[in-house]
Amino acid sequence: MTRLLMVLMLLAGSAFADPGRLVLASTTSTQNSGLYGHILPIFEEQSGVQVDVVAVGTGQALRIARNGDADLVLVHHRPSEDAFLASGDGFQRFDVMVNDFVLVGPHNDPASVRQALSVEDAMRRISRTASPFVSRGDDSGTHLRETELWASAGLSPQGEWYLDTGSGMGASLNVAASLDAYTLSDRGTWISFGNKGDLEVVFEGGEALLNPYGLILLDPQRFPHLNHKGAIRFAEWITSRDGQAAIASYQKDGIFLFCPVATLDLPERAAGECPARLSEK
Amino acid sequence: MTTMEAVWHLLLSGDAELWAIIALSLKVSLTAVALATLIGAPLGAALVLFRFPGRGLLIVISSSLMALPPVVVGLFVYLLLSRAGPLGSFGLLFTPQAMVVAQTILIIPIIIALTREAVEPVYRDYREFLLSVEAGPWMSLKTLLWDARFGVITAVLAGFGRAIAEVGAVIIVGGNIAGLTRVMTTTIALETSKGNLELALALGIILIALAFLVNAAMQAVAQIGRRYQVAR
Repeated sequence: MTRLLMVLMLLAGSAFADPGRLVLASTTSTQNSGLYGHILPIFEEQSGVQVDVVAVGTGQALRIARNGDADLVLVHHRPSEDAFLASGDGFQRFDVMVNDFVLVGPHNDPASVRQALSVEDAMRRISRTASPFVSRGDDSGTHLRETELWASAGLSPQGEWYLDTGSGMGASLNVAASLDAYTLSDRGTWISFGNKGDLEVVFEGGEALLNPYGLILLDPQRFPHLNHKGAIRFAEWITSRDGQAAIASYQKDGIFLFCPVATLDLPERAAGECPARLSEK
Repeated sequence: MTTMEAVWHLLLSGDAELWAIIALSLKVSLTAVALATLIGAPLGAALVLFRFPGRGLLIVISSSLMALPPVVVGLFVYLLLSRAGPLGSFGLLFTPQAMVVAQTILIIPIIIALTREAVEPVYRDYREFLLSVEAGPWMSLKTLLWDARFGVITAVLAGFGRAIAEVGAVIIVGGNIAGLTRVMTTTIALETSKGNLELALALGIILIALAFLVNAAMQAVAQIGRRYQVAR
């Protein structure tokens, strides 16, 4: 079987050129919001390095990296990132950018989440009224944050109203839109999402909803086959003034989606327009 | 914008990205079909020609593998090609080659099973003849496959249909990387997840039209072949 596969691959391989590239394992939130389409061409032109983004959940992105299948990761769940570094798979982490999570729900807001005083209060209102809530359930950064929010509200959600889709942010938003359910989304995906239906943002703001993204380089000794040179080049660029300016300038429908945080030498636009709730940090 | 308007807009705008995606879909799936036919068709004919212990079991296995879930094939190939897997050193994960391998594995059982069905009646007619001319196994296989070729074309078309339509395997082993491993089905999945339902549906219609063209072309070749045969 193995030999057959090798023959197969040699045959298949002859039809395509070897790409020679940098594989970035990242999250659907960054890809679906269109950020990579905006910033990567700038980097590719400057460096000549081609970046291939594999967009999956944070959990899966870190697993792909752990198997040695990605050259670097850009994810958004700090506890998982710290564990990844502590295990020795990750070599170094860089703060890159921040946006935030929002609670979206149906316009008529059956759980009165708009009146909530805190995000914990909002979660309790949804649970108390047993209003439909869509959970990603896929070990992604957003799902893990949602789990933390329930825990900090002192709840462990279960029941018919709690719908675990086990799929990406967009797919979960599609479910929420068709069922008039609440869900937690990163703001970038929410703003660029094209099928909002009756949904709107019902709760936002506050430290607990901040969504920081980190770039992690992999251990060169543990993964000697990776493109470390390209990875370091990318890390240097994205945390540089140029890279941070590229992130800061990305907007969708007139709204800036990500706030760069890697350097104090922020471009003027970013410093001025990063939402107050973000620049407080 | 209605769906049909979106379809025309996509096609007429001459969007280079869309054409690259269509080209990659065809390249990957046609390569997979060609490889699977080279491997599967002789095996399917061999299952008819040779009697050996366990033959019945092999037939049942090949037929049931037609129901292989693409996502399972994707996972299997992922684990093989991952750096942590046995074939990791090739560095093929997240490349079009990996997608070809996955689709080839996915459709070999279809080619085997349908080829076997096509060759079976031909063999009943030819058995005496092949014995009388003392044809060797290779000669017999070639004769059977050639005379069952229209049935084999059906098998190839079924395999192509499965390959071009599946998303579960290619999204796992290809990673849906823009400009590298993004094909029609993974684009449709992506656009659906972005909530761009009209665009996703328009892409779906283009995919079906594409499958229609490939099928029509192959059927036309078969028709011409048949006519030529009759005329002869």
